[in-house]
Amino acid sequence: MSPIPLIYNVRSVRARWRGNLVAVLGIAGVVAVFVAMLSMARGFQLTLVDSGSPSNAIVMRGGATTEMESVVTREQIQVIAGAPGVAHDEEGHPLVSGEVFVVAAFHHRASDSDALAPVRGVSEQALKVHRGVRIVSGRFLRPGLAELVAGKSASTMYSGFGLGDTPSFGGRTWRVVGIMDSGGSAFDSEVWADQPVLSQTYKRPEDLFSSVTVRLTSPAALGDFKRALASDPRLTVQADRETDYYAKQSRAVSTMIRVLGFLVASVMGIGAVFGAFNTMYSSVAARAREIATLRALGFGGASVVLSWMVEALFIALIGGLLGCIVVLPVNGLTTSTLNWQSFSQIAFAFRVTPDLLGKGLLFALVMGFVGGLLPALRAARMPVASALREL
Amino acid sequence: MVRLDDNGDALIRVRDLDKTYRRGGQDVHVLRGLNLSVDEGEFVAFMGPSGSGKTTLLNLLGGLDLPTAGSITVAGDEITHLSGPKLAHWRARHVGFIFQMYNLLPVLTAFQNVELPLLLTRLSKAQRRRHVETALGLVGLKDRTDYYPRQLSGGQEQRVAIARAIVADPTFLLCDEPTGDLDRRSADEVLALLSGLASRYGKTVLMVTHDPRAAERAEVVLHLEKGALVEGTTSGPEGNGPTSKPAET
Ligand SMILES: Nc1ncnc2c1ncn2[C@@H]1O[C@H](COP(=O)(O)OP(=O)(O)OP(=O)(O)O)[C@@H](O)[C@H]1O
Ligand SMILES: [Mg+2]
Repeated sequence: MSPIPLIYNVRSVRARWRGNLVAVLGIAGVVAVFVAMLSMARGFQLTLVDSGSPSNAIVMRGGATTEMESVVTREQIQVIAGAPGVAHDEEGHPLVSGEVFVVAAFHHRASDSDALAPVRGVSEQALKVHRGVRIVSGRFLRPGLAELVAGKSASTMYSGFGLGDTPSFGGRTWRVVGIMDSGGSAFDSEVWADQPVLSQTYKRPEDLFSSVTVRLTSPAALGDFKRALASDPRLTVQADRETDYYAKQSRAVSTMIRVLGFLVASVMGIGAVFGAFNTMYSSVAARAREIATLRALGFGGASVVLSWMVEALFIALIGGLLGCIVVLPVNGLTTSTLNWQSFSQIAFAFRVTPDLLGKGLLFALVMGFVGGLLPALRAARMPVASALREL
Repeated sequence: MVRLDDNGDALIRVRDLDKTYRRGGQDVHVLRGLNLSVDEGEFVAFMGPSGSGKTTLLNLLGGLDLPTAGSITVAGDEITHLSGPKLAHWRARHVGFIFQMYNLLPVLTAFQNVELPLLLTRLSKAQRRRHVETALGLVGLKDRTDYYPRQLSGGQEQRVAIARAIVADPTFLLCDEPTGDLDRRSADEVLALLSGLASRYGKTVLMVTHDPRAAERAEVVLHLEKGALVEGTTSGPEGNGPTSKPAET
């Protein structure tokens, strides 16, 4: 089979650009939406995954899947701090951060309504364990005071959480003394308070924590650490690598966004396929004499099918590229959603990555293929003699 | 020599050719028991009233359509039983088509149009270029290689079409009213080219025309009447056409 030259398709597409516009725009729209949804899911996922460190372990009550359901006592924390693999600071203190996790309703600017925000009760150890978190303005909490450090997303997402602001919740007034930046991770959406003060405010026993995050001597130390915890009869806890824990946390929502993305894109895709089909079909009709001429010259039916499929795919590729260009500015755009696992709002940025653009282009080609197949077969089946009679 | 009976040595042999179209539940008998033999290097013109089946005959000879009955043999190959892909391959090797409306691909340059049949051969790019240049030179359009069809006059377009038809050195040329859309001068140029191809290069040329002046250029003029061919410039009952009613016009 000898292929009909590519230049024929390229120039024909250009010559008939008006007619091809429907197909190109349809496919571009679908690709843009598809890639946008995927980059939303990707952004959400990366935000949570970035929150964890492979050198950290998060310890919760056995069977708990989120910090909300978990309780760890102060005695247990002391035992955990003595386990092998736990790193220590210069003064020899174990790098162990017992934390209390509560959810509070703050005024969400974007929706102008209350939204649930994660509030974490911590001690000074928190910054040594969560290495990605930096205080970028103000200072860290002082023990025993009703002070807050707001994540940079939380501080902009909710009204009244700027540096020096004095928000009220839990029946007392607080003072924001610092803003923290964790480089886009989930901590940016959190508000941190002194653990004993937070526990008192929410009328919890001061010795009960939600979770413990432990800095390990190395990522490889997790195995020994876990085994030691499991074999200790005083403990009924489980330890997970922090990165795994956050990856698991992100799964539900990112999968939901992804499934939604596929659904929306499929429904729109059907429309775009019809657009492509229509375009190609009328193109075949309009170029019946050209096809018949090529057949008369000796090009076979298979060459004609190939040529028309190439043209359909070429049109789809143009649409796909256009869709990708349109969706690029979405990259970095921040938004927030409810994280089902922690039942609180989390801010994240769209991440338009090359592999997602690749998926978008692939989707465009699939639409072009499906839309072009019947017209291509029709082009090849067209009776040559009668097509030549048409003027 | 062209003959309307069977000739075993002829390049093209047509035997008892029937073509019937079905239209609206009725059979339209266009060709009925048509016989023809054409020797190599002959220039034959077909005439006949509109609807008499001239285009139908050329399409059958060129393997673009299949007869209802009868056989067509070209250079010893019986083409009426070839399958689609084989027929396409046969066309590429043996037939050069020239159409009334030129049928150049509008998005390709003269060069690219003429090159098309060579893409079906094993020739290298450089060889193809030489062949295309030779063919365009032969029709006097060496200086128009990069022109698009819309930038050419009708006569020039038809000459490009002739170059395309001859570039792969086919066994014979089929021309359906090649001058039907041209003014006198352009028509004469095209006819001079076609008769030159026959006389100088020994090409077999079969041409349908309505124009008696065009037909004069051919060595033989055949008339299509009542679904069969008769020789000479007059139509009469002495032709070897069938006795049944002629194809309606
Ligand atoms: N596909 C078809 N289906 C039905 N009838 C057809 C078909 N093609 C041709 N015919 C009929 O066959 C007859 C011969 O047509 P053909 O085109 O061969 O005539 P022609 O001699 O070339 O006419 P013209 O000089 O006008 O070009 C006409 O009556 C035409 O209507
Ligand atoms: Mg005709």
